[in-house]
Amino acid sequence: MTGAGPPCFHCGEPIPSGTNIRARLAGREEPVCCHGCKAVAEFIAGAGLDDYYKYRDAAAARADEAYRPDRWSAYDRADLVERLSRPEPNGARSITVLLEGLRCAACSWLADKALHLQSGVLDVSVNPATARARLVWDPARVRLGDLLRVLEHVGLRPHPLAGEPAEQLSILERRTALKRLAVAGFGMMQVMMFAVPLYIGESSGMEADIRELLRLVSMLVSVPVALYAGWPFYVGAWQAIRARGISMDVPVSLGIALAFLASVWNAMRGHGEVYFDSVTMFVFFLSLGRYVEMIARHRAGSVADALARLAPVTARRVRNGSVEDVQAIELAVGDELLVRTGEVFAADGEVIEGDGRVDESMLTGESTAMAKAPGSPVHAGTQNLGAPLRVRVAAVAGDTVLSGIVMLLERAQSQRPRLAKAADRAAAWFLGRILVGAAVVFAIWCFVDPSRAFSATLAVLVVTCPCALSLATPAAIAAATAELARRGVLVAQSDALEALAKATHILWDKTGTLTRGLVRVEEVRPLAGLSEAECLQLAVALERMSEHPIAKAFLASEPGNATASDLAVVPGLGLEGCVAQRRLRIGSPAFAAGLSEAAGAPAWLDGESWVCLGDRSGLLAAFRLTDQLRPEASRCVAELAHLGLQSEIASGDEEAAVARIAERSGITRHTARLRPEQKLARLEALQAAGAVVVAVGDGINDAPLLRGADVAVAMGRGSALAHSSADLILVRDSLDELPDSVRLARRAQRVIKQNLTWSIVYNVAALPLAAFGLVPPWLAAIGMSLSSIAVVLNAMRLSRTPRNTSGRNWTLSRPAEVA
Amino acid sequence: MSIIYVLIPLGLVLVGIGLWAFFWAVGSGQFDDLDSPGWTVLSDDERPPARTDRNAEEEP
Repeated sequence: MTGAGPPCFHCGEPIPSGTNIRARLAGREEPVCCHGCKAVAEFIAGAGLDDYYKYRDAAAARADEAYRPDRWSAYDRADLVERLSRPEPNGARSITVLLEGLRCAACSWLADKALHLQSGVLDVSVNPATARARLVWDPARVRLGDLLRVLEHVGLRPHPLAGEPAEQLSILERRTALKRLAVAGFGMMQVMMFAVPLYIGESSGMEADIRELLRLVSMLVSVPVALYAGWPFYVGAWQAIRARGISMDVPVSLGIALAFLASVWNAMRGHGEVYFDSVTMFVFFLSLGRYVEMIARHRAGSVADALARLAPVTARRVRNGSVEDVQAIELAVGDELLVRTGEVFAADGEVIEGDGRVDESMLTGESTAMAKAPGSPVHAGTQNLGAPLRVRVAAVAGDTVLSGIVMLLERAQSQRPRLAKAADRAAAWFLGRILVGAAVVFAIWCFVDPSRAFSATLAVLVVTCPCALSLATPAAIAAATAELARRGVLVAQSDALEALAKATHILWDKTGTLTRGLVRVEEVRPLAGLSEAECLQLAVALERMSEHPIAKAFLASEPGNATASDLAVVPGLGLEGCVAQRRLRIGSPAFAAGLSEAAGAPAWLDGESWVCLGDRSGLLAAFRLTDQLRPEASRCVAELAHLGLQSEIASGDEEAAVARIAERSGITRHTARLRPEQKLARLEALQAAGAVVVAVGDGINDAPLLRGADVAVAMGRGSALAHSSADLILVRDSLDELPDSVRLARRAQRVIKQNLTWSIVYNVAALPLAAFGLVPPWLAAIGMSLSSIAVVLNAMRLSRTPRNTSGRNWTLSRPAEVA
Repeated sequence: MSIIYVLIPLGLVLVGIGLWAFFWAVGSGQFDDLDSPGWTVLSDDERPPARTDRNAEEEP
């Protein structure tokens, strides 16, 4: 501590003596500690953003003196920006940045406002939980480098999408929190051990020197707990006070510090109460709550990080016949790469030499390796399992399929913390009143009985700590999530549990969801004089690279080795490609016949599930495929109906096939031949009518539907794209868990309500008792802890329920592909 | 009762050793990933596991 003057207006650090720097703000001057802070404060005020100083509840990071705008000039280069960012409609681009120094909601407000002041910024969404921001800007009007400079100006150092440092930060944070938790836990147990004989000694007598020893040893053990484990609370409280705000940390630190210092004083002078047991218990339970919260926060970002890190940092580029190691970021479209066996592709591209097998499970969910020949596409993040491949790069960095998935995930996460906000607001309201209440109690007791003023005030501070209130919701959600995970349902978005409990409609995709997705070719009808085997070979050649369930049916029937080139997928209709210089289409009859002008599809092809092969001369063959209904489908639909959820099928398939599946699974409403955007429209129509809709799907064509739904459920074997849009993932690839999940979500909602009621009632009831001095601090600490434990135990009931159906075969199919 | 003059310091030493061991374990990354090691037992060895293992230092 230097100088007794006011702290720096911007960062809150003490101003070194002899320094006299003042920031000129609108109509007044404020003292700051360095020229960096002066620049930042003047910039913020000059931009009309001084509300930030009113709203923030943590002081800003100290501005770096040696702050150099030049470091962002690389991001003014259009080529680099193009690699890092992704195109958006109307020529705009988007990028995800990690913001270092983002500490509170006011910081994210600041980032948001500061960026919006720049012309050319179209959209900003900042996620304070993961410290990431997604920017959309118009490159014609503003350069990315300028936006990053603005962020640094306001004290939030940006890191354009970099998975590695984020992960590193969270690991460090987690390690420190674990150590603090361990110190608090061990300390609490030890102090309790000494506290019990002390309490017993009070009534039944104890030798004075042993009592003295126990008290001093308790103090010794409490010192690291209060100083080391409690440190984050003091820091948080200090920052809040410096920013003239209030946070949960303020009464907590006040309680810990008062109780600890008073106990140390009493222990040293040898008489008076000691509260070491209350202090350690308080610190431990609070640290535990913080730890659980931190884990949840990290998990939100970890899936995206795991995906982002799938793409390697370096690659081998072939140039003029020699191979060189380059950074993945230096790659450009058209470069030639050498990818050896076991290596991961650094970019999307096309095989130009070599025959190999590639593991694409992270993208498609397909566990068998896909065969790759010259002309086949390969994707960043997938792994070469076969012979070395030479690949021509077709898309790098932000344009790869992999980074598309990451972007989707990030977007989903930044739109989420609805539940958290409400709890925060309630707690802040509560805290202000607690502090005022404690002060009033102290003042009154000073008149009535000064000797009891301290313990009564302490009891008020401790007993009213809204721990139970703030634990009520997260504990229930954590327990429900864990229980669902045990049953093979991964919860990717915890808000979805709330929606699932209120769901009224369920929208099914057909293939791979209600049915097993194991389609078989049942009949081949050649239509143009080819043999059945020839027809199948052509069909297999086209379908070989596809992940659609129909493709598997062909691959299972005919193990030929011809491949098609120039493949294009038309979602909901079929595939088009070239086999031996012959342009072919496979898919619905009308689509397959579409290559020739003359021929149409014969009438008998309607009404059954036919897949047709066609070329320029007309239809070549028709294949009849059958797909099996999942055995549990009708049971699941019936159970859901019993729970009040109306089922409806929205399928891209033929009317007849959909009708048959609908009838057999007991679903009355169905619509067929829907394209992905039509499925979404159907969903939105239901939502507009007030329905809360669950969507179940498995494939890439379901991704828009899943994104629009209130609750998106993806099948465990579905593609990674479906997983990334999903709220729940059925890992066991069975529908049986769905009704159970709905029941569990409803029970979780009930538990949350009980918990909130209980904690409010507890706080309201305990406050007057503590204020009248009827609750000694140790009892207050026990009461506070018990109320938290009651809330947690109530939540734990969610994971202790017997399964209501027994005798199922709980074999593990496959661990989830996501994270 | 003078035995507690030995037992209490002994207990504190044991707690100290326990804490030291825990700090060491945290520092060496034993607690960084509590989920995926559970799965690695179940996964087949046919595929090289390095890609899903967060702690593997794979890329240079």
